[in-house]
This record gives sequence, C-alpha cells and structure tokens, in this order.
Amino acid sequence: MEINLTVNEKIRKVDVDKNTPLLWVLRDTLHLVGTKFGCGVGQCGACSVHMDGVITRSCLLPVSIVGDAKITTIEGLSEHNNHPVQLAWREIDVPQCGYCQAGQIMTASALLKQNNSPSKEDIKDAMHGNICRCATYQRIEKAVEKAVELTQTTK
Amino acid sequence: MKKKQLQMDRKTFMKVSLLSGTGVIFGVNFLQSCKSKKETPIDLESLNYNDFNAYIQIANNGMVTIYAPNPEIGQGVKTSMPMIVAEELDVPWKHVRVVQANLDTQKYTRQVAGGSQSIRFSWMLLREAGATARQMLVNAAALEWKVEPADCSTSDGYVIHPNGKKLGYGDLVLKAATLEIPEKVMLKDPKDFKIIGKQARNVDNFKITQGSPLYGMDYFEEGMVYASIIHPPAFGQKLIDFDDSEAKKIDGVSEIIKIGNNIAVIGINTWIAFQGKKAVKATYSEANKKESSTYFDEVMDNILSGEKVKGSKAKKLREDGNITKAFKEADQIIERVYEAPFLAHNTMEPMNFFANVTPDKIELKGPIQTPELTARQVANNLKRNVNEVSLEMCRIGGGFGRRLKGDYAIEAALISDKIKKPVKLVYSREDDMTTGWYRPKVKYKIRAAVKDGKITGYHLTEASVNATINKQRADFFPSGAIDNLLIETHSIKSKVTCFAWRAPICNFLAFAEQSFFDELALELKISPVQMRMDLLENAKKHKDNNMQYSPERMQAVIQKVVADANWGNTPKGVHQGLSVYYSHNSHVAQISEVEIKENQPVVTKVYCAVDCGIVVNPMGAAAQAEGGIIDGIGHAMFSEMIVENGVPKSNNFHQYKLTRLKNAPQVEVSFVESLEAPTGMGEPTLPPAPAAAANAIYAATGKRLRKHPFVKNGLNS
Repeated sequence: MEINLTVNEKIRKVDVDKNTPLLWVLRDTLHLVGTKFGCGVGQCGACSVHMDGVITRSCLLPVSIVGDAKITTIEGLSEHNNHPVQLAWREIDVPQCGYCQAGQIMTASALLKQNNSPSKEDIKDAMHGNICRCATYQRIEKAVEKAVELTQTTK
Repeated sequence: MKKKQLQMDRKTFMKVSLLSGTGVIFGVNFLQSCKSKKETPIDLESLNYNDFNAYIQIANNGMVTIYAPNPEIGQGVKTSMPMIVAEELDVPWKHVRVVQANLDTQKYTRQVAGGSQSIRFSWMLLREAGATARQMLVNAAALEWKVEPADCSTSDGYVIHPNGKKLGYGDLVLKAATLEIPEKVMLKDPKDFKIIGKQARNVDNFKITQGSPLYGMDYFEEGMVYASIIHPPAFGQKLIDFDDSEAKKIDGVSEIIKIGNNIAVIGINTWIAFQGKKAVKATYSEANKKESSTYFDEVMDNILSGEKVKGSKAKKLREDGNITKAFKEADQIIERVYEAPFLAHNTMEPMNFFANVTPDKIELKGPIQTPELTARQVANNLKRNVNEVSLEMCRIGGGFGRRLKGDYAIEAALISDKIKKPVKLVYSREDDMTTGWYRPKVKYKIRAAVKDGKITGYHLTEASVNATINKQRADFFPSGAIDNLLIETHSIKSKVTCFAWRAPICNFLAFAEQSFFDELALELKISPVQMRMDLLENAKKHKDNNMQYSPERMQAVIQKVVADANWGNTPKGVHQGLSVYYSHNSHVAQISEVEIKENQPVVTKVYCAVDCGIVVNPMGAAAQAEGGIIDGIGHAMFSEMIVENGVPKSNNFHQYKLTRLKNAPQVEVSFVESLEAPTGMGEPTLPPAPAAAANAIYAATGKRLRKHPFVKNGLNS
C-alpha cells in the first residue's frame, strides 16, 4: 500500500506491505540505514527512533500505524551531527564496534528532550533497555552526563 | 642508506618494490603532482591523494591517508594501526584520514581480526612502512638541497634542513617516488613518540554518530535482492523435503531455493525475505536426543569422576615432576569442580554478507574477521579460482570470534551463484543465535596436593564438548610455578558447532584456576595476593622455554592493582576479590569490589592493571579493558545457551540474558609503563574478570560460585 511518512521533516511516499515494520521501511526502502536491526523483538534498542519526540522501537512498529506522526532517525537528529548527545558521544569516545550506538544516541536524546536535568538514576533507567554487546556502558553513562552538561551550558 | 637516484619509470619501480624484502610492499603510483603550500586541513575527505605505499597516500598539501589493513570489529585497530604508521611517517595525527583497506594479499600480511594479534604482529611492519616513506621524503629533500640526508630531520609533515628551512611532504612526494627504497630505515626512539601513547578517539566516531552506512548490513546497490536462510533447527539434522507453496504466495518473494542442507528465500526486501522464511514448511531427519546440555553434563561428570567414557578423547598436555607421589605424600588434598555452559557470540550486527557471483568475477562485501580464508573458501565452494574473488571490508558490528567463520559469506555466494543476481543475505537474530559457533561447554576438576602448608601438586582435568585446552595454554600459569603438575583433557564429540569465543579457552579456564587459588589461599590461611606472589617466585626459578608468561610481569601487575585498589583497606561493606591472568600475550590483574545492595551482592567496581607493553592508544586500550571486564562479568552472571535434543533453547534476547547498563560496574584501568613491544587488548582483560568478581562475592557473602551463570547457580540462593 502507498503510505506517506514524515521522516526527518520530509514527507516520504513509500509503497510497501502495510505490516512492514518501520525499521525495514527506513532501511530497505528509504535507505536510511543509521537505524539498526538488532533483534526484531524490541529487546535490544538498536532500532530506536523518535516518534513525535518519544523513543520508539521501530522493529515492532507496523508502518501503517505511524500515520502523521513525525519520525526522527539518527540521520535527522541534528543538521550537522552536532546534537549535544552526538558531541558528547564523540568526546567521551563511546563507540567500540559502534553498531548499537545510533539506538543509544536516540534513547539518550529522547531522555534529554523529556528531562533536561536527569539524575544518575534517570540516566540508568533510560539507557538500561539498550544492549551494547561491546559493553561500553561506562562511557555511555558518562556521555549522557556530558550531554546534559552541554545542553545546560548552551542554554 | 643508498643515496643514488634511480631513473625508473613507474612500472619498473612497482616491480622492484614488490620484490623488496622488507615485508612491506610498496606501490608508488603518483596520480598527480599539483603542489600547494597550504597546510591547514579543510576537508580531509575531499582531497586528492597520491599513493605512497600500500599504507600511505600523501595529498598535494601534505595531508595523509593511511590504510587500516585489518578488520575492525570494535577492538580499535582501525584507529591504532594507522597511528603506528603516522608516528614513524612523522605527521600530525590530525592531518591523517584513515581508510579501511580491502582484502589484498599482495599488499598486506595477516588481514585477520583474531587472537588479539593485530598490533603485536604488525608493530614492526607498520613502523617500517611509515619510516620508509619518511626516509624517502628526507632523501628527496636532501637531493633538492644538496645536503646529506643524515643532516636533515623531520617534524609534523615537514623535512627540515640543517639550517632550519623546511619542505612539506606534499612538495616532496613526487621527487621521493623516483628514489630507491632504502634497505634499512631508522625507527624512532620510543621516547620521541608523539602519537603512540597519546589518547586518540575512534576514527569512525563522526560517521557512527550520524548513522552513516558503515556496516555490511547497510550495504545496498541497484539490482540487489535480499535473502534469508533456513537452517535445520537441530544440530546434525538433515533437510529431507520442504513445501514452499505458501511462501511463494507472499507478494515480493521471488525465489525459494535449496542450498545444500539449507533453504534460501529471496525477496524484494529483508522483511519480505523473513516473512517468506516463516511460511516455508520443511521436514528434517530426526534430532539426536544425546545432543543435550543435560546429557553432556552427565558424560562430563563421568569423565571427571574417572570413568572411562566411550567416544571421549583423552590427552595429557603437560606433566611435570611426579604427580602421583605428590598426592600420595600430601597432608591435604583440595579438590573443586567448575562448570560453564555453551555461550553464543551475539554480535549486535547479525550475520550478513553481500555476494555478486558472475561468470567473470566474485564480488564479496561484508563483516568478516578472516577475509583471506573466507575468500579462499568461497572460491572452493564455487569451484572457482581465488584470484576471481574480491572482498571489500567494512566496519564490523562485533566479532567476539563468531566472524572467524565465514559460513554465511559462503552461503551468500552460493545463493548469488544459483540465482545469478547480486544478493545480500541477512540472518534474523533467531538465525544468528541458534545456528552459530558456540563457546564449548566445559568443566574443570582441579586438585591440589598440600604438604607442610605448601602446594606440592596441581592436577587439572578438563572435560569439554568439542574443544580442549591446547598445548600452548597448558603452559600458562600455574605451569612452572608448581613442581608436580598434570594438565589433562577429555573432549566429547558433538554435532553442536563450537569455536572460538572472545579469549578462547581462557575465558573460563581463568575463572576456574583463579577461583581455585582463592579457595586454596583461604584453606591455607594465606593472603590471596601472597599466594600468587609466592607461586610466581617459584616460577622464576623454573627454567622452561615453553612457559608462556613472565612471572616478573605478572607480579608487577599484581603489585600495581593492589596499590590502585588499596587492597585490604576498603571501607566497611566493600569486599574485594583478586584475579590475575596472562593470556593473548598480555598480563592482567584485577581486583573486584562487591557491596551488598538490597540483600544482593553487587559488583560495583573493578580495578584493572595491565601490562601490554607499549600502549599504542590509551583511550582505545582502556575501552577494551572496560568492555572486556563488563562483558566477562556479564556473561558469568547471566548468560548461557542450553541445548536440548540438538536445538538451542534460546533464540533471542528475551530468552538469552546479556548484561545491561545497570549491571555494569565502574572499571578503572591502569597500564604498566613499558618499552616492550605492544601486545593485544581485545581479549586479555576478559579472562580474569569473572574470578575476581566471584572471589569478591565470596568475601562479601561466603557463597562460593563455581558454576556459570551465577544468577542460576547459587548467587541468589
């Protein structure tokens, strides 16, 4: 079926099976491959995107129910790869293999959108759902704290 | 050094350089000679670069591209290997762009990610590659200035004249190309290193944080189709027949084919290919009930209790002194058994590969730790010549040993060959988890003979499925430290495919032995630190060329971690556990700290002291230790793969628990200052981690954990 999607502030027309998860529409149809396939069952968080600003697992979301909701992927998180979370991720040197990191960054940026001064516990709660097989968790936590700091100083 | 200028055309130069015996293969190929004095990098990606050698290209304005030869699986070699080249080339790191090399057996040696050997093996090769290019640039400048090369120096991408004037590398490359390759080059004194030993961030960070296509999974080209694959559910099962009538009705499924013992479903996208797979009904030969974790447990227990077990292969790997006498004369014999389950690798990027097999060529792209071997295996499977294969390497979403095996690449090639189309084969997580190559299930029985308060005998018996300790690992600690010692192994054959998993063998052997020494220390009422130091003191006296570790370096990391963690002087409620291990050529000691939170022991902090020789990139090396330790403790705590009637019982992350952020302790890493050649960091910090944690948990709770995963085997009881 033909569906209009709003992805990274652009309207994109796609013609796919209505049950196709948003993840595969992003990756295989729109070639926005920053959003990653990890498990397909909503357990690892690699496929995380923002739907109207809220963190969402795109691997479980049939494209037909996205409707008018605004989808933001890692490619659209900032214009110049300079969202505070992206800056913090690079400064703290978080990635090892890097495969899960888009999902981590989307999760962290959604947290910051909801709560610009999260506590340590808030950060742990928000990031606990994303698996990093290289176990970069220590730097993930540090980078979210750094991003909070960057967000607050730019205000 | 020869100063004679050779008049050679480019082709001749290539030939000569290919024959040069330095181990580095040069192919100077200057594409253009445009010069510029500008030295500020504007956009490293957009510049035109001139090839200098297999590793180096220099742009008109002196900017440099360095090829990273080895597969990058998250271990950091795409950053650290080019750092070594840049150091000896003597250019500023910020002027360097790194590009992933493809498989090229002419230009590069050992393009493998495995065994923590990339840096160790390539250390001199990479230094010589940089230093040779640097020397040729110096020689070019010296000719221009009519001075002796020895009187010139280099700094930050410039050759400097004795009187202080300078010429940029970009101005010299063309001239340098016409010079003979020096046979011997001077390498820097490590005290002059400007890049090695300094913090460098992952060179792909910018691309990773903006979601650029970097991984095999991200690859797309026009005309490409997508494939999924159905393997038999149980190990050892044979495909008998299948009904694809329902699958073929799915819009977008184009073909369903048999590939050996498997079925491939071809579709217009990954999702459709996955859907088609679910609709295929296949019948298989009967599964073998003996291929079960519970059955293996029984057999292994029988082996360890000394029974003869049919089909198991026994081997003595190392025998020192007189073990029988030592145990006969002992005042006390201490015996313990340690047990580990199968583990899946679970790389975050599931297995996938692109293949385009045509009558003229075989194109492969994708994540693989062994590109050379895989190219050969693909050629063999297609009955083609390996020279027809090109393999493009990309950033890899985790390895951990899984991608040493190229089974999925071979499958992709066979599919492409059959359907005559470019194809990307993608495993679902379920495929990835249930048809992998597992960490062997293993049990160790360790016995110590004690006489007059001293350990006089050490007897380790291994029972494992499909793999055993090898000769080299039998020469690890405590071999050499105890006079009477026997290491023997028994391997049970199984259809469960087993292979290397991060820090193979050591990943559990270290747990067993370092837990055992903690238990021994408690029994003998010696401090766990003193026990290791004393044993290492014994090892120093032992003249044995086979011994794989250095007692001196092992003692040094113990002393370092004891100081870092303030061993024995913790605040109330903080309990410590020590573990020390040598593996993959590095020496590592760790102290874990455990606190009781909500009535549960929690590993809150781990101190880690490492001797890996010269630390090429401290930021990357620390990352490996942080990840390796959390990975090691996480798997010991939570993870296992149970096999029942040949079928892996967990198929996705809701059934296979991996460690997550809240479980992760804080890790503090320190490195022994060293001028020794560097060794690897991808593996050696993992083996000691679970024992340090278990020893600290014992100190905190009195619970001795001998079986992984801890959460199911005593931690919460």
